Amino acid sequence: MNRFEYVRPGTLAEAVAAAAAPGAAFLAGGTNLLDLMKGGIARPDRLVDLTHLPGLDAVERLPDGSTRIGALVRNADLAHDPDFAARYPAIAEALLSGASGQLRNAATAAGNVLQRTRCRYFYDTASACNKREPGSGCDALGGENRAHAVLGWSEHCIATHPSDFCVPLAALGAVVELEGPAGRREVPLAEFHHLPGSTPERETARGPGEMIVALRLPPEAARFAAHSRYLKVRERISYAFAVVSAAAALTLADDGRIGEARLALGGVALKPWRSTEAEAALAGQAPDRAAFERAAEIALADARPSGDNAYKIPLARRIVVRALQLAAAGTPERLPALPASPFAPAPGGVLHV
Amino acid sequence: MNHSIRLTINGEERRIDLDDPRVTLLDLLRERLDLTGTKKGCDRGQCGACTVLLDGRRVNSCLALAVSLDGSSVTTIEGLATNGELHPVQAAFIAHDGFQCGYCTPGQIMSAVGLIAEAQAGGDPERVREGMSGNLCRCGAYAGITEAVIEAGARMAEASGRQEKAA
Ligand SMILES: Cc1cc2nc3c(=O)[nH]c(=O)nc-3n(C[C@H](O)[C@H](O)[C@H](O)COP(=O)(O)OP(=O)(O)OC[C@H]3O[C@@H](n4cnc5c(N)ncnc54)[C@H](O)[C@@H]3O)c2cc1C
Ligand code: SF4
Ligand code: FES
Ligand code: FES
Repeated sequence: MNRFEYVRPGTLAEAVAAAAAPGAAFLAGGTNLLDLMKGGIARPDRLVDLTHLPGLDAVERLPDGSTRIGALVRNADLAHDPDFAARYPAIAEALLSGASGQLRNAATAAGNVLQRTRCRYFYDTASACNKREPGSGCDALGGENRAHAVLGWSEHCIATHPSDFCVPLAALGAVVELEGPAGRREVPLAEFHHLPGSTPERETARGPGEMIVALRLPPEAARFAAHSRYLKVRERISYAFAVVSAAAALTLADDGRIGEARLALGGVALKPWRSTEAEAALAGQAPDRAAFERAAEIALADARPSGDNAYKIPLARRIVVRALQLAAAGTPERLPALPASPFAPAPGGVLHV
Repeated sequence: MNHSIRLTINGEERRIDLDDPRVTLLDLLRERLDLTGTKKGCDRGQCGACTVLLDGRRVNSCLALAVSLDGSSVTTIEGLATNGELHPVQAAFIAHDGFQCGYCTPGQIMSAVGLIAEAQAGGDPERVREGMSGNLCRCGAYAGITEAVIEAGARMAEASGRQEKAA
């Protein structure tokens, strides 16, 4: 780990001012940043410790029906907040499918959104990586790339964004509230993470010195509470990142048809991948397998392998269909013992043969 | 620059002067305070051997900067037994053979204490296994670990029920 200066601001204004210096980084739970610093991938000159700032750890219901998640709310506290979990069950399920009990106790809402890719070549400082060292090349191209992107990638970077939390956040239209040297602004979460293009080192819409102060769910996000699921394929049952995941949320009209649908995918791109086209195709349809398969086709229409990962495309289609089936069947009373696991018993018996 | 912090460690309040902000809670415990019960496995959040309770919640001490924890209270495996009597989770690990080499055990036990306090898993083995998935055991003592966590959880619930009745 490199040497750094440790700064502990007492107010938001002090935090933003301290972070304006080049080479400064915010410290929240530290579960991603310290890992990257130990590996020499992140080498900040100054750490601005946010964890002693007051007022950033609340989950608030606003009068208009939206919900504001403070930047420092711990992942475990958010998932286990009974009111929050009842309103946004797919978010609770996604959080509980991520990392481990210990990590979720430390990880914060903002830190989760800003966690960096798990591309092995990004982590290995002996490898070429355009994200870590712009212009150096991308050793994942033609390397071990089973886990890499099938949507939105470029020849410059084929990595994925690893967050589970962000997938239902994108589906539900969450907004990122930022505070920086130039004041406050907001960015929709679905536009917050950048696709790689020719500048994979530019990861998010966050400007220098800008801090995430909160994530906000708009009033309509709570409409889907009765029909929301998150489903995540992993290489082991628990404590593993997504190979492919999907958040699906529906409203069902009195005649049983789909009113509104929300759909986003994880593990397939350098951002949580919302498909508004698939959502539009589901509106007004009967919630049956044919409609779900059409939506899956649409969501993956532009997918192409970036290496040894063609398998992810049919896998993602199946996960989309299954997530939609589970959402249509209804949010379970209590989260399953294995949150988001495809190994949990499915409604109506076998779904795939 | 020196950083002076206050930590309550296993019930004892201590002032600690850190000459370097890079020290993790794990290294502080093991290298500077001689509390070597907490183990270093991966040092990267991937194994759970370093699990301690921070303000009553289980965390990986390898991914926590000590300087940032000023004012917190930490419980390690050394702080679980009271007056020479093992904590119910410790006793249950012995009764159920919840270990072989023992390297992961302090982390497993601290994680189990944290899990029981979270009160999400109850006596459901599937929920206990999922709740303990952040603790790897190279010896594969998982069957005994799950039994131990379930039994200790039940005993602790019983004991606190008795206490409530008595109160
Ligand atoms: C072994 C392991 C397994 C994991 N498995 C999963 C998984 O399955 N699914 C999953 O989604 N995640 C997983 N994670 C990642 C974990 O969720 C993240 O490490 C965590 O959410 C990061 O939050 P933090 O508060 O610890 O962030 P930190 O590590 O403190 O910060 C992360 C980044 O965000 C920046 N930052 C933090 N807060 C702010 C803010 N308010 N404003 C601006 N910048 C900020 C920091 O500067 C840093 O760049 C895993 C991690 C580990 C170590
Ligand atoms: S895929 Fe992206 S993160 Fe991975 S090595 Fe290539 S440029 Fe780096
Ligand atoms: S040593 Fe901390 S998780 Fe492995
Ligand atoms: S008992 Fe040996 S690693 Fe668990």
